[in-house]
Amino acid sequence: MLPDTTGGGRVEVTVHVNGVPHSATVEPRRLLSDFLRHDLGLTGTHVGCEHGVCGACTVLVDGEPMRSCLMFAVSAQHHQVTTVEGLAGADGGLGPEQRAFVECHGLQCGFCTPGFLTTVTAFLRDNPQPSAEEAREAISGNLCRCTGYQNIVRSVLRAAEIRAGRAADCAGPPAGQPTAPPAGEAVG
Amino acid sequence: MKPAPFVHHAPRTVEEAVAVLGEVGHDGKVLAGGQSLIPVLNMRLATPAHLVDINAVAGLDTVEVRGGAVRVGALARQRRVERSEEVAAALPLLCEALTFVAHPVIRNRGTCVGSLAHADAAAELPAVLALTGGVVEVVGPGGRREFPVADFFRGALETALAPDELAVAARFPLLPPGTGTVFTESARRHGDYALAGVAAAVSIQDGVVSSARASFVSVTDVPLVLDVTEAVRGQEAPLARWDGAADLVHDVVDPESDIHASAGYRRALVTELARRAFADAASRAVKEGDSAA
Repeated sequence: MLPDTTGGGRVEVTVHVNGVPHSATVEPRRLLSDFLRHDLGLTGTHVGCEHGVCGACTVLVDGEPMRSCLMFAVSAQHHQVTTVEGLAGADGGLGPEQRAFVECHGLQCGFCTPGFLTTVTAFLRDNPQPSAEEAREAISGNLCRCTGYQNIVRSVLRAAEIRAGRAADCAGPPAGQPTAPPAGEAVG
Repeated sequence: MKPAPFVHHAPRTVEEAVAVLGEVGHDGKVLAGGQSLIPVLNMRLATPAHLVDINAVAGLDTVEVRGGAVRVGALARQRRVERSEEVAAALPLLCEALTFVAHPVIRNRGTCVGSLAHADAAAELPAVLALTGGVVEVVGPGGRREFPVADFFRGALETALAPDELAVAARFPLLPPGTGTVFTESARRHGDYALAGVAAAVSIQDGVVSSARASFVSVTDVPLVLDVTEAVRGQEAPLARWDGAADLVHDVVDPESDIHASAGYRRALVTELARRAFADAASRAVKEGDSAA
């Protein structure tokens, strides 16, 4: 007898999303991204390429960023999922990463932003004081078609400051980059 | 961009998994990390009728260094192996190679053994398994058996695994003392599939090169190991000339042209990457010898 958990049909899936258990009856082929958006109505998670390249659908699974388009909802059964809706601050306002993206103009159309925010949240938890180079590496798996990434790197560094409780602003280039070309170097 | 319907199986033990695989035969695919399989399903390049999801199988998420090898279980996520200090000390080549596997977010879910079973010629871990002379541990209806790496990879995306067999672990043997290693590759963007890549191991005895070998990414169908020792034998390690070794690399690889790069470009690229990798591996071997002395 096959240990078939689905009977080939639909299966009840319970996933803890942003601390709240949510259940829905879905086919086993239901992607976690579609489960969040269509079955739970949590449309903050965006779906771009659906094959793991763009990073827009990135959520935290047990605290670690993963592609929700490359997981089935059944695989998230009984795991803790955090979406962009769960990144708000304790007072219900914007969390530090969200504030930094607003302050530093780290988004334009905003489609990619939920994936950046979840990725950056986990990154800053593990590396609270990153260099600009480390910040760039951390977001290398997320595509943005608007910003050119400069302001996203600034946003990551600014979010680290906000988390550390340091007052500053995001004016100027990312740390580690010269503010002007070195003397004697031709420009243009 | 949605997978075709399938029956989802969630075995709790290796024996259950193997029993299910035996019943579904060629209609079944094993789901571990899914970071290669699920894109293929989403694009409907494959439409297996049954997915055997091993994520609930107990005892497969092991990472250990023992018996002269790094042994990773089928559910050991790549990121965990990459971050293991024990593995980094025992077999730095494995950790260095893992940093080139896609992006950190993909490595959070993807597994080492899954990457081996997928057998993509552009993948990093098969080259590491080849260079270390590793083994894939398999369980089937007849019990447990082991494939030496030379018997495991049969062609691009093709392994010796039978449909009713589950790869449960892989062992990457440690390299002898006095060996320096380098993994490097070149891609248009970091995290993309490599245009070409090299894993190199250079051993030094009494200050001279005693062994130099390499395996490759994206330029051979199956991971082959090239021994270039004769081209450098007896040379003092820091000053060794690697031109002859690079020529051997140039002649042995068999790249194909695609939209990303021509065969000729890949051949030239891997030759230069290998020349640098050998030199850097020799430097690391010297350093290791100095720190051990």
